[in-house]
Amino acid sequence: MSSAALPANITDGPDTVLREEVRTAGMVWLRELIRFERTRTRILSGLIQPVLFLVVLGYGMSGLVGTTAGFDFKKFMFPGIMAMSVVTTAIFSGMSIVWDREFGFLREMLVAPTSRASLALGKTAGGASVAAVQGTIMLVLAPLVGVHLTAVLVLEIIGLELLMAIALTAFGVFVASHIERMEGFQVVMQMLLFPMIFLSGALFPLNGLPGWLTVLTRINPLTYAVAPLRQVVFAAQHMPVAARKRFPSSVELFGHTLSIGTEIAIVVVFAAIFIALAIRGFSRTQ
Amino acid sequence: MVRGHVSATIVRMASSLKRVASSEVVGPAARPNVIEVRDLTRRFGEFTAVDGISFEVFEGEVFAFLGPNGAGKSTTINMLCTLSRPTAGEVRVAGFDVAARPKAVRRNIGLVFQDQTLDDRLTAQENLRFHAVLYRVPGGEVDERIARVLDLVDLSDRRYDLVSEFSGGMARRLEIARALMHVPRVLFLDEPTIGLDPQTRALMWEDVLRLREEANVTVFLTTHYMDEAEYADRIAIIDRGKIVALDTPQALKAEIGADTVDLGTTDDAAAIAALERAGYRVEAVSGGARVFVENGENAVAALIEAVGVPVLNVHVHQPTLDDVFLHYTGREIREAHAEAIPARIRAWHGRRR
Repeated sequence: MSSAALPANITDGPDTVLREEVRTAGMVWLRELIRFERTRTRILSGLIQPVLFLVVLGYGMSGLVGTTAGFDFKKFMFPGIMAMSVVTTAIFSGMSIVWDREFGFLREMLVAPTSRASLALGKTAGGASVAAVQGTIMLVLAPLVGVHLTAVLVLEIIGLELLMAIALTAFGVFVASHIERMEGFQVVMQMLLFPMIFLSGALFPLNGLPGWLTVLTRINPLTYAVAPLRQVVFAAQHMPVAARKRFPSSVELFGHTLSIGTEIAIVVVFAAIFIALAIRGFSRTQ
Repeated sequence: MVRGHVSATIVRMASSLKRVASSEVVGPAARPNVIEVRDLTRRFGEFTAVDGISFEVFEGEVFAFLGPNGAGKSTTINMLCTLSRPTAGEVRVAGFDVAARPKAVRRNIGLVFQDQTLDDRLTAQENLRFHAVLYRVPGGEVDERIARVLDLVDLSDRRYDLVSEFSGGMARRLEIARALMHVPRVLFLDEPTIGLDPQTRALMWEDVLRLREEANVTVFLTTHYMDEAEYADRIAIIDRGKIVALDTPQALKAEIGADTVDLGTTDDAAAIAALERAGYRVEAVSGGARVFVENGENAVAALIEAVGVPVLNVHVHQPTLDDVFLHYTGREIREAHAEAIPARIRAWHGRRR
């Protein structure tokens, strides 16, 4: 073995170098992708639940709801199920910090001479990428329910999924940074994830609900993320007016029907808030 | 199996050689320090965990920090690593004040904790690469350094293997390799051999001592294995928040007393009388005479000659670090750790996914 010492590191220098912070965030992002790619079973199990909803609930309800001008409940549900898949994966990825803590790797990140913001942003970007990929995999089910796909539609879907995923992963990072133990994770998943999905319009139209339920759906950030996804999917389908009336895709707020631009803007604002909270939460984690 | 014994022997040879070199060629006072601790204090409410300690660690040293549980050992190492802020006093590591420049300190130190902090879904190389980026290793140097540090801990052939396939000892060595990726000035090892079998512990030590030679790194470690503390250049013993002893293992042992030689003879009373006439300090013990001498092994021949009656058996005892620890803390280190160890080992094994 040679006795030549390793080249000496630069001992001094500024504590924050933007290029290094970007590199750090990129590395944290890459780790999420490597882990995602390596856990095929997670990808598969992430598909099972949405497929179950789509097939069982979709077919079951279709008989009840019936078909209007060739459009049925399965087609209505499809964008919602995609959103459900993205949201579940995103929150799960953000909250994987709880795992990182349990198995020690979080400490390797926290003691590094880097800014916590870079770590939180890298984690959010990584989790969001994974969630968008998972949601996009769902598109293979489109022919099954008769949803027609175009290249433009696929790009629109990916874009919207990514935005939704960023907001929800940041939310997951924020929540996880306040959880010390694994048990807390289960509780949060039960108490936050499912109500959010059920109250988002992913599984049923949001018009004609009782007042209290309407309020709950309108304060749910997910509502404004599901609607645009459904709108772009519906826009690419052949939908007679009767079908549009039967299966509405827009959200009404204070008596106004929101435009897709407004909905996206609302999600962007939520995403910004959640990212800020995630950075703050991560910075305080010990 | 053979390898463990051979390497342990090599380690012992190496450590005795280097000890001669460090004490005779360069006196400690002439060496630059890499850790400087002055009046360091840490209080938790009313409780003073670390009570105004001062010491320095020299460049290239292997410095062992010993103490019973709750003595302030972990609190001190945490402050040195910038993981906990001092209540009072000053600590400089690699020239940087830990309170003022924590990030600069962290860029210059390597940390290996008691609990594993690897991502076991990643390969050895991926774990090292992750670390390299977070510690600003220039992109062009990363591959070369990965090869180099894996070589140092003898894991080159496991470079592309998932960490989940590693044994406890391999994972530990990989953590040491990772801590060296950014070429730290000081490597902090908190109980580096906890939960490892004796053979793996010996290999670990071979690695640690080789690092010092080849990576030119100062090693600051805590351990409760007294036989391991022997490998250190200097030992500090902390008890109740204060440093109660700090010196080389030899000096510490010499300080607490001389060697003893127990002689069993056909006529112990005559033997004691003869030895006293010859000027030795002797006392009667069950089974013979106990003689206190400077160097027990070298004195045996002269003692047998002086005793004047046939000698049946000889037993030489040199003070051990266990004796040193007991002397300074009033406790056996084993009993001081008796409760802590099983819990830690369980935690270590429980970590395997």
